[in-house]
Amino acid sequence: MAYSEDELKKELKDQEYKYGFTSNIASEVIPKGLNEDVVRLISTKKNEPQWLLDFRLKAFAHWKTMVEKRWAHVSYPTIDFQNISYYAAPKGKKEVSWDEVDPEMKATMDKLGISMDEQKALSGVAVDFVFDSVSVKTSFKEKLGELGVIFCSFSEAVAEHPELVKKYLGSVVPSTDNFYAALNSAVFSDGSFCYIPKGVRCPMELSTYFRINEANTGQFERTLLIADENSYVSYLEGCTAPMRDENQLHAAVVELISLDGAEIKYSTVQNWYPGDKDGKGGIYNFVTKRGICYTGSKISWTQVETGSAVTWKYPSCILKGDNSIGEFYSVAVTNHYQQADTGTKMIHLGKNTKSTIISKGISAGFSNNSYRGLVQINKNATNARNFTQCDSLLMSDHCGAHTFPYIEVKNSTAKIEHEATTSKIGEDQIFYCNQRGISTEKAINLIVNGYCKDVLNKLPMEFAVEAQKLLEISLEGSVG
Amino acid sequence: MLKIKNLHASIDGKEILKGINLEVKAGEIHAIMGPNGSGKSTLSAVLAGREEYEVTAGSVSFGGKDILELKPEDRAREGLFLAFQYPIEIPGVSNINFLKTAINETRAYKGMEPVSAKEFLAMVKEKSALVELDAKLANRSVNEGFSGGEKKRNEIFQMAMLNPKLSILDETDSGLDIDALRIVAKGVNQLKSPTNATIVITHYQRLLDYIIPDFVHVLYNGRIVKTGGKELALELEEKGYDWIKELI
Repeated sequence: MAYSEDELKKELKDQEYKYGFTSNIASEVIPKGLNEDVVRLISTKKNEPQWLLDFRLKAFAHWKTMVEKRWAHVSYPTIDFQNISYYAAPKGKKEVSWDEVDPEMKATMDKLGISMDEQKALSGVAVDFVFDSVSVKTSFKEKLGELGVIFCSFSEAVAEHPELVKKYLGSVVPSTDNFYAALNSAVFSDGSFCYIPKGVRCPMELSTYFRINEANTGQFERTLLIADENSYVSYLEGCTAPMRDENQLHAAVVELISLDGAEIKYSTVQNWYPGDKDGKGGIYNFVTKRGICYTGSKISWTQVETGSAVTWKYPSCILKGDNSIGEFYSVAVTNHYQQADTGTKMIHLGKNTKSTIISKGISAGFSNNSYRGLVQINKNATNARNFTQCDSLLMSDHCGAHTFPYIEVKNSTAKIEHEATTSKIGEDQIFYCNQRGISTEKAINLIVNGYCKDVLNKLPMEFAVEAQKLLEISLEGSVG
Repeated sequence: MLKIKNLHASIDGKEILKGINLEVKAGEIHAIMGPNGSGKSTLSAVLAGREEYEVTAGSVSFGGKDILELKPEDRAREGLFLAFQYPIEIPGVSNINFLKTAINETRAYKGMEPVSAKEFLAMVKEKSALVELDAKLANRSVNEGFSGGEKKRNEIFQMAMLNPKLSILDETDSGLDIDALRIVAKGVNQLKSPTNATIVITHYQRLLDYIIPDFVHVLYNGRIVKTGGKELALELEEKGYDWIKELI
């Protein structure tokens, strides 16, 4: 997974979206449409207990009463929820050993650069692979098990650790939270589950790779991550999808629970198919991510968002416990006709809580890129501190960069800093590079990477290289 | 090495260079002096290939190649270096990374392998000492937060690292105190060899006390109106540019 600079160069030669292929894997897809029976059908297919079906039905009943809110600075046609299939799974029984995995599935993983082979995995990254609606395979399960770390698909967790799932599911993002969270709560199919026991420092990166393959399906996965007292985990998430002319919906919910003294580092490299250069096709990425921090704990969100036709996403922290820390580091790139409205919410409830927000937006082509953030200091949050920096870089004359910061302070001891800049990529900078023998394309890469450095530095090593590569591909030919 | 013939160039339809003729041979140092607005910086920008300037007539050959046909990066890779009057800041990109990229792009252009890490670091050590550049600056972002003097020294450091055939120093002395001026001049003098050449563009004679030119050209109103030896610079300093105006 480690790339040399030359390999990077070679890979950059084929700049198009390289994950746009489709795998020919026999799938079971339920008919399009959404009603209570569909919700029950999904639950039955997954052999779920009654309490989970009840959770779904309650969410669905609520969802039906909701109207999709359109406050985000993005535009897309009304989604016909009856024209989506809510469950697609590769046929055949759930594989137990690696040898039993469908060769076509193995080939798909190969193409995506995912290694399930525990012998070959370089730096000890445990992977859960979610293909359409189900988790295909999780690696390093036994090894992690020795430490008491539970890392498995969501379905497995429901079967094997129902007490944990029941306790925490919907505890951070209630099923009624928002339109897409409610929809997800009703129809979610699979996802990842992770539990780190007290005092355990998880020795390897845990990672989930999400892949949409089937046409006309939506992907609704859930991630539930619990870091028990004084534990630590670094978690990575990657996503890709085939190139298709029609838009596809991805509406996920991620809940993080960081108990007293725990630390969760959650990194995302989002590379869903962004649509073509004329804005046709692409994924609608409507995601609710939120974490809760108890006393002295920490949650750090790092995201590199380059994909999706429309992104709507605000990884947030509820700083409930005293002395807890929330961080949000984001690079969001939009090119062609992509639209992104992303940012974070830092809700300070406890005393001496601290949050840091660094957001770097890059807009190119005809795209629109918005930062939207809320910093809320509640009345008991004495000595709360926030530092926010949001920068926008414009690469063309036709793109837009927007910043919507909200600050609500109800405690006079709070210290809030907010810095924002907007700049256009400088012709002077490019010429300066040119004059030193650096081509324009390479100059842009250098400048953009420099601009994003504060965020890229927060990513685990392999991801940082991957992210750098993605930035280069996403911005290919964007200065004209 | 460099032959400029009847070069005319304009920006936004306004002619700035009105027929420049200049020949620079290997081993020579040329100084170009002239009052504000005479076209000194335009000349360096046109040679380096800034797009805003349109060459309307004339030719420039560099090492036998018509460089007006080349992209700015290829001119640089052919060995033309411009020390900027106002060096540009590139936040987040370390000086080291910037230079390594520049050197390797030039090497690739010449069909050479990338520079090894060891060789590169040895070069950085040697060349930064030449301009008394703090080693810490090499790891900082390109020109970001550098003082005026540091920026100029960094230009000469880059020049030393890239080892160009022809260096054009565009008002490198502006904004420098006397100590920094000495350091910059020392760097330039140490880099001088029988196979490379330097064009020093300046307002003032001051720099030429440290970098001794073989030729001094006076640029006025887009043309070279007078050429002489190093004594011409002293004469200019004494009599002022009005003297030149009277000559034509």
